[in-house]
Amino acid sequence: MMLSKGVVQRGAFWLLRLTCYAVVAATAFILFDITAKGLPHLSWGFITQAPRDRMSHGGIFPAIVGTIYLVLLTVGLAFPLGIAAAIYLAEYARNTRLTRTIRLAIANLAGVPSVVFGLFGLGIFVLFLNFGTSLLASAFTLALMILPVMITACEEALRTVPQSFREGALALGATKWHAIRTSVLPYALPGMLTGSILSVSRVAGETAPVLLTGAALSAAVPGSVFDQVMVLPYHLFILSTNMYPAKVYLPIAYATALVLLIVVLGLNLAAVAVRYIVRRRHSF
Amino acid sequence: MTATADEASPRAHSVGAQSTGRYLKERLIRLGFVAAGVSSIVIVGLIFLFLLKDGLPFLADYSVWSFLGGLSWAPVSSVPKFGLVPILSGTLAVTAIAIVLAMPVSVGAALYLSEVAHPREREIVKPFIEVLAGIPSVVMGFFGYVVLGQAVKAVFHAEVEHNALTGGLVLALMAIPTIVTVSEDAMRSVPRQFREASLALGASRWETAWRVVLPASASGVTAATMLGLGRAVGETMAMLMCTGNAPAIPTSLLQPVRTMTATIASEMGEVAYGSPHYHALFMVGVILFLVTLLINSAARKVIGRFQFKGQ
Repeated sequence: MMLSKGVVQRGAFWLLRLTCYAVVAATAFILFDITAKGLPHLSWGFITQAPRDRMSHGGIFPAIVGTIYLVLLTVGLAFPLGIAAAIYLAEYARNTRLTRTIRLAIANLAGVPSVVFGLFGLGIFVLFLNFGTSLLASAFTLALMILPVMITACEEALRTVPQSFREGALALGATKWHAIRTSVLPYALPGMLTGSILSVSRVAGETAPVLLTGAALSAAVPGSVFDQVMVLPYHLFILSTNMYPAKVYLPIAYATALVLLIVVLGLNLAAVAVRYIVRRRHSF
Repeated sequence: MTATADEASPRAHSVGAQSTGRYLKERLIRLGFVAAGVSSIVIVGLIFLFLLKDGLPFLADYSVWSFLGGLSWAPVSSVPKFGLVPILSGTLAVTAIAIVLAMPVSVGAALYLSEVAHPREREIVKPFIEVLAGIPSVVMGFFGYVVLGQAVKAVFHAEVEHNALTGGLVLALMAIPTIVTVSEDAMRSVPRQFREASLALGASRWETAWRVVLPASASGVTAATMLGLGRAVGETMAMLMCTGNAPAIPTSLLQPVRTMTATIASEMGEVAYGSPHYHALFMVGVILFLVTLLINSAARKVIGRFQFKGQ
């Protein structure tokens, strides 16, 4: 039997629509499951207290603060290097062998699995440079891990600034660096921020490298960068897989997952908001 | 653009010391930026160097073949065995399940977003799918551990909740947003004229999507799948939580397995520094590094081909 073209098309389009919305439904289900089961255990005390009685009571305060410390330190380390590398690629580099090698290296760096970064961090920062298992070793490791994302985002931001801005500054007698500093960077900065916030959200959710270089099962808020640190992702991992009985720990794990999700998706949302505001303000 | 710094030089001679200083400063600043750019090459080199530094001593006690061809990974038994085959096949099994599940779904979703959906619908649906990519791997692992595992056990009558299929399902969910986003970009970069020509010849929109747009974007879709593959091979936490953590060569989909990444993450905490076990884990890291490098370079090669130039 020959089906008419219209019928085939309608059927095929419905099938595609179904596939697409299956993905949407899966996403929604995951978000709903974590929210619905995490919310009942979430309270002010949960956010502001340290865990007690083998993590069965109290909250996750040190893990939240530890995550914030780790994120700030990582970004502090990665942002300057990321911007500088991006300025080189967008403003100085010509299409030479060196530039192509740098781009290749960045692409490869982006593909290295996080656990391999963890091994590297363990080898170089924890042992070779003798930082020990610490907040600092984790931050350095994660900084290298997010570097490719940061460079790419910053370079894109620099490239959105029109060429005429540079030419105007140069025509007025500015040196190249002066032109970049006064006529390019200020306009690229918001775009760079967006990219950086996105990579920050990756740091907040990353577990494997921290597990190998600085995560503590249980610790107070770190007083120095050489202390071990509690972070939300590792805490969630421990709560859900290493603590029994599940009846006691599952609600705590769900609430922790919800807090982590809020932090990470909140940062993503912030990045989108920044991009939206900036796009409306400057359109070149 | 670099010409500016170079052209400052004749002026520097004519105007005097102040300009010479300015010229020097410019050169130094440029040098600083070059150094920052080069740092990424240095980092890749350092990663490989440090992996080898701690991995190669393993070969002092064990042969390459006992590692690459060894059928048993039993690092704490009385006669420790460090065979890559169980954990490599674990990685392959879980990744294969993930790609087989994720690819058709992702391509279907991408085709819908690119060819069928109203632009306004796409503006809402696509970011929502990207939210899935933003969920941390440990949260996906947690979801797989407590929810999907039970579902797999109930539906497929598996003996255990955490097995290759559960791991593959979670991994598929994590790979889907990457493949959808990159495929959809590839489909939308297919020139309008292709579609118009097809429609003008009397093809329906569906025939155009299926027979023109999809083949035209095939290399983009392939690259997208390979990027998803690269991420899947390197995924650690979700694998550690969902695959059952048993380093055995898989014979069925519902058997617990252990991936290379999970092996490193779960055993590194317990090994003595400098022991053969410690070095063996770094060797696993070397293999992972090389495998992902290979997959990503291949993906880059394919991506280079799919852009329609000279439009």
